[in-house]
Amino acid sequence: MTQAPTTTMTGDSHGSYPSYLIGFVLAVVLTVASFAAVMTHALSPGMALAALTVLAVVQIVVHLVFFLHMNTSTEQSWNLMCFIFAAVSVIVIIGGTIFIMHDTAINMMSR
Amino acid sequence: MAHEATMSPLAHADDHHGEHHESPNVFGFWLYLMTDCVLFGSIFAAFAVLRNQYAGGPSGKELFDLTNVGIETAILLFSSITYGFASLNALAKNKTMVLLWLAVTFVLGASFVGLELNEFSSMIAEGNGPDRSAFLSAFFTLVGTHGLHVTCGLIWMVVLMVQMMGPQDLSERMMNKLACLSLFWHFLDIVWICVFSFVYLAGVM
Repeated sequence: MTQAPTTTMTGDSHGSYPSYLIGFVLAVVLTVASFAAVMTHALSPGMALAALTVLAVVQIVVHLVFFLHMNTSTEQSWNLMCFIFAAVSVIVIIGGTIFIMHDTAINMMSR
Repeated sequence: MAHEATMSPLAHADDHHGEHHESPNVFGFWLYLMTDCVLFGSIFAAFAVLRNQYAGGPSGKELFDLTNVGIETAILLFSSITYGFASLNALAKNKTMVLLWLAVTFVLGASFVGLELNEFSSMIAEGNGPDRSAFLSAFFTLVGTHGLHVTCGLIWMVVLMVQMMGPQDLSERMMNKLACLSLFWHFLDIVWICVFSFVYLAGVM
């Protein structure tokens, strides 16, 4: 059932049944780990939040590689570059917002 | 095809370069998705700031039902892989199977939206709508925007299924449309990872 004629060793950007299934299993494991980290109350809130962040980032990478077929081939270099730019923008927006609003809240003594 | 090759030898050379050469349409759609990334990033930033502003109202701990969130997550994850199967069948030019997997994906997506609407309506019925507190405004904006995207994806999916019906083969143009919706659908699953991690799971801690 694989896409034998068009599949190459290096740049199969369309995926295959095995790659989708591997991605799916990894995603399920990471999702269950996220829910378990919170629902078992085994970790302190700070540690649990850190665990959630790590698990979310890993799962995002899994989805990007196995479902969106992102890779470092030259054919995809523009996609990757745009993605990196967008990701940096998002990190600056979210990180900057949290930093500034937290600082404001401290200075205004509103919390 | 031969005619086209004589018309534009460059395009022909590109065809030989690889079966997977990406169409500019798909790249353009990728650029749109990157702007959507920034949109969601901004809404997440707003949520991060307002997540503790309960204004005396209920917190996430009292409101969120993790079982429901778990089911929603499972549904979206399954719909991701069923869309993947549709993509693989499209590459194999197996139109009947593409339609079948798209239908399965549609049912999963629709049940996700149904569960979310159910959650929203019961929250609003209890007086915990977006007007209750800044936290709830941010919550409804963020989760609602994601739900709206999923709804648009479902409408798009129906349109593509209708266009595919009939005796014609899968055209190159249709393949590009399917590739764009594939990116959209998998992208929404990525946004949902952040939603269930940082809104729901972090909200009940």
